[in-house]
Amino acid sequence: MDDFLAFSHIGKSYPGVRALDDISFSVPRGTIHRLVGENGAGKSTLIRVLSGDTEADQGEISIDGQMQHFASTRDAFAARVVVVHQELQLVPSLTVAENLRLGRFPARAGVIDFRGMIGQVGAKLADIGIHVDPRTPVSQLSLGERQMIEVAKAVMMDARVIALDEPTSSLSSRESEVLFELIGRLRAQGKVVIYISHRLDEIFRLCDGCTVFRDGRLAAHHTTMEGLTRDKLVAEMVGREIVDIWGWRGRIAGKPRLAVEGVSGKHLAHPASFDVRAGEIHGFFGLVGSGRSELMRLVYGADKRRTGHIAIDGVTLAGRDPKRSIQAGLVLCSEDRKYDGIIQGMSVGENIVVSARRHFSPFGLIRPGREGETADKFIKTLRIRTPSRRQNIVNLSGGNQQKVILARWLAETGVKVLIVDEPTRGIDVGAKAEIYDLLYSLAERGIAIVVVSSELPEVMGISDRISVMCEGRIVAGFERADFDEHIILAAALPDRSIPEPTKRAS
Amino acid sequence: MAGLLKRILLGEQGLVVIFVLAFALVSVTVPNFLTDRNMLGLFQSVVTIGIVSCTMMLCLASRDFDLSVGSIVAFAGMVAVMASNASGSIIIGLIVALAFGTFVGFVNGVVIAKLKINALITTLATMQIVRGLALIASDGRAVGINDPNFYQLALSKAFGVPTPVWVMLILFIVFGFVLNRTVFGRNTLAIGGNPEASRLAGVDVDAMRIWIFTLQGLVCGIAGILLASRITSGQPNAATGLELSAISACVLGGVSLAGGRAAMLGVIVGVLILGIAENAMNLLNIQAFYQYLVRGIILLLAVLLDNIRSRGLR
Ligand SMILES: Nc1ncnc2c1ncn2[C@@H]1O[C@H](COP(=O)(O)OP(=O)(O)OP(=O)(O)O)[C@@H](O)[C@H]1O
Ligand SMILES: [Mg+2]
Repeated sequence: MDDFLAFSHIGKSYPGVRALDDISFSVPRGTIHRLVGENGAGKSTLIRVLSGDTEADQGEISIDGQMQHFASTRDAFAARVVVVHQELQLVPSLTVAENLRLGRFPARAGVIDFRGMIGQVGAKLADIGIHVDPRTPVSQLSLGERQMIEVAKAVMMDARVIALDEPTSSLSSRESEVLFELIGRLRAQGKVVIYISHRLDEIFRLCDGCTVFRDGRLAAHHTTMEGLTRDKLVAEMVGREIVDIWGWRGRIAGKPRLAVEGVSGKHLAHPASFDVRAGEIHGFFGLVGSGRSELMRLVYGADKRRTGHIAIDGVTLAGRDPKRSIQAGLVLCSEDRKYDGIIQGMSVGENIVVSARRHFSPFGLIRPGREGETADKFIKTLRIRTPSRRQNIVNLSGGNQQKVILARWLAETGVKVLIVDEPTRGIDVGAKAEIYDLLYSLAERGIAIVVVSSELPEVMGISDRISVMCEGRIVAGFERADFDEHIILAAALPDRSIPEPTKRAS
Repeated sequence: MAGLLKRILLGEQGLVVIFVLAFALVSVTVPNFLTDRNMLGLFQSVVTIGIVSCTMMLCLASRDFDLSVGSIVAFAGMVAVMASNASGSIIIGLIVALAFGTFVGFVNGVVIAKLKINALITTLATMQIVRGLALIASDGRAVGINDPNFYQLALSKAFGVPTPVWVMLILFIVFGFVLNRTVFGRNTLAIGGNPEASRLAGVDVDAMRIWIFTLQGLVCGIAGILLASRITSGQPNAATGLELSAISACVLGGVSLAGGRAAMLGVIVGVLILGIAENAMNLLNIQAFYQYLVRGIILLLAVLLDNIRSRGLR
């Protein structure tokens, strides 16, 4: 078997963290290889070493038998290795064609040959099966389409090795399908695709092999998926068996705590109403873009409401801004941690206590001891992988940042209603189970919980009741006894569910 | 060896190390530098920058900017003189001057936070408006003070140290405390780190920004009064370029222009570095023109340092 891409003895340390420890494995040509492991296990770090973004302390990478030394991403490009990071690196105001040729514009005497460029790019896109007009500005594309353009960028550089870091975590299932198809074609062309994802369902149908990371070390390496089961993989990842990831526990729901009536706003034209009872977990399912996050942001007061009435325990919520919502006991853990979640440059501890500290800061004076205790408690319960609470949050792995945001809201006292939007995006299986468990114990304390998720198994696994949204409306509701995958999914799909082309009519 | 040097210079205490080295170097090479008299003079010369840098630090830490400080300082000094003359009471003069500074700061804050106008543009406008008002009110000339007791503000001493220096030291302590130990200070840094995330975490971002600019105005009022007392008149052209010196001092002190990072100790050291450079050049009889050159170079080096340091953080 030819070992096209080979890592040997890769090691990388950060202060207080051994991110990669003696990693050796190889991947043959024309395969899709998956990296799995808990949050902070070192997957992204390996990808960053591969892309020349980070230099390893020890070890070597070879491609096609040739030793590589990447001091920068430029070197990696030259060796035709391209990485698609989770934070997409496109210029929103430029068109698709411009983005794809950025830095390499076809020009005559300094004047860009737009017509030629659009023709070329269009042909190439059609060639790889992406149906997007090259003249569309990237800002008008959906997240999935942008992801596709990033992959196209890699293809156009004639990459031999393409690595994707959690590409599907914010894609709808239909968008994911298109991406998978594209990846499949790359495999057929003999490329190596390295693929990171926490979604285990994708692995068996898509990958040819996988490598399991645990605490920076290689826990297992499989060159074939045959004979491998989901449970075995999970056990290799977390070092223990997880029988039932959902671990649903029944509760008796009390009186309605949150009552939302006729709420609408700029991004949600049709007024929506729903309620959540004390001790109830109310799931909101829908496709990406169905208006769930918009609705929750309106309820929380993150965006301005046009109409509507919100009451908590029968008391009208007077304020229309996050601060007053929090004071009234309503909190929202939003979905986009990079943009409106983490506070860059501040420590893990500060990020956890930023909201809750007002409860233990008499006269606005901070009590560092109390803050430290609170932060440490949640670092422990959520098993946030960080050398200490003083670590700068940007140094944490993606999933661990997500846990910090969750901790911020779990640290709030006096919460009556907790809305969590995609709480487990980018979070590993082991931690997922713990987060669900935490949600149940909060519900058992009488807190009303709303869970927004695009993963149907998750919504069905943990909710007592599900509301389905489609195109900005709540279209259906189900009690736990009536949960049925097919019926719920059907409700979430728009009526005219003829597969529309990827190009969005704007 | 080079790695160790790099780590020391770019680390948390890098600036302090640079400062100690520079201080030692200047003490040895410049005659008359390390004398009681010169040290007091040095502190007195940085009072205005030092005081204004306290709130400039908060402003930069929350990802904002204030260019209007120099104008507010000048006009507040004139207001103090004119109001004292008109009312016959220095106390009233001081109160009016402080109220004036606070008011301009408040206006800055409201325009920036509520009308969502870029801080650079807003304060560029108020900088010119206030300077214009100062020139109009005085017809471009210095305004003398009637009551000689006004000079006492700057001349009086406690334990051998002039009052303005005490004021500066107290403000250093106060704002150091505010930044590190109050919810207000931490929220300021949070806003600078990520405004939208802070808002969703329940920080009242608009109110915070208004408060920060209002405080800045108040502190400029204090600096203006002390400056007018020291130069024994209200000068409409006083404190030109102060905004740039204060920002330089902050950046030199490790405050990130991208927001989210600030330390009082750093800012104090930044202020002193600027002060020492100027003081040493004065002692060496270097022409004032060259001082601009040196200040510019120091600023450039500071930004460079900031840049390398934040790249090192990633
Ligand atoms: N720049 C850095 N400074 C300090 N520590 C870092 C830095 N980058 C990564 N780490 C640490 O290295 C470890 C591995 O991180 P990495 O991002 O590779 O994890 P991951 O497997 O991708 O996790 P996730 O599934 O959460 O994305 C983590 O403990 C992280 O905190
Ligand atoms: Mg990662």
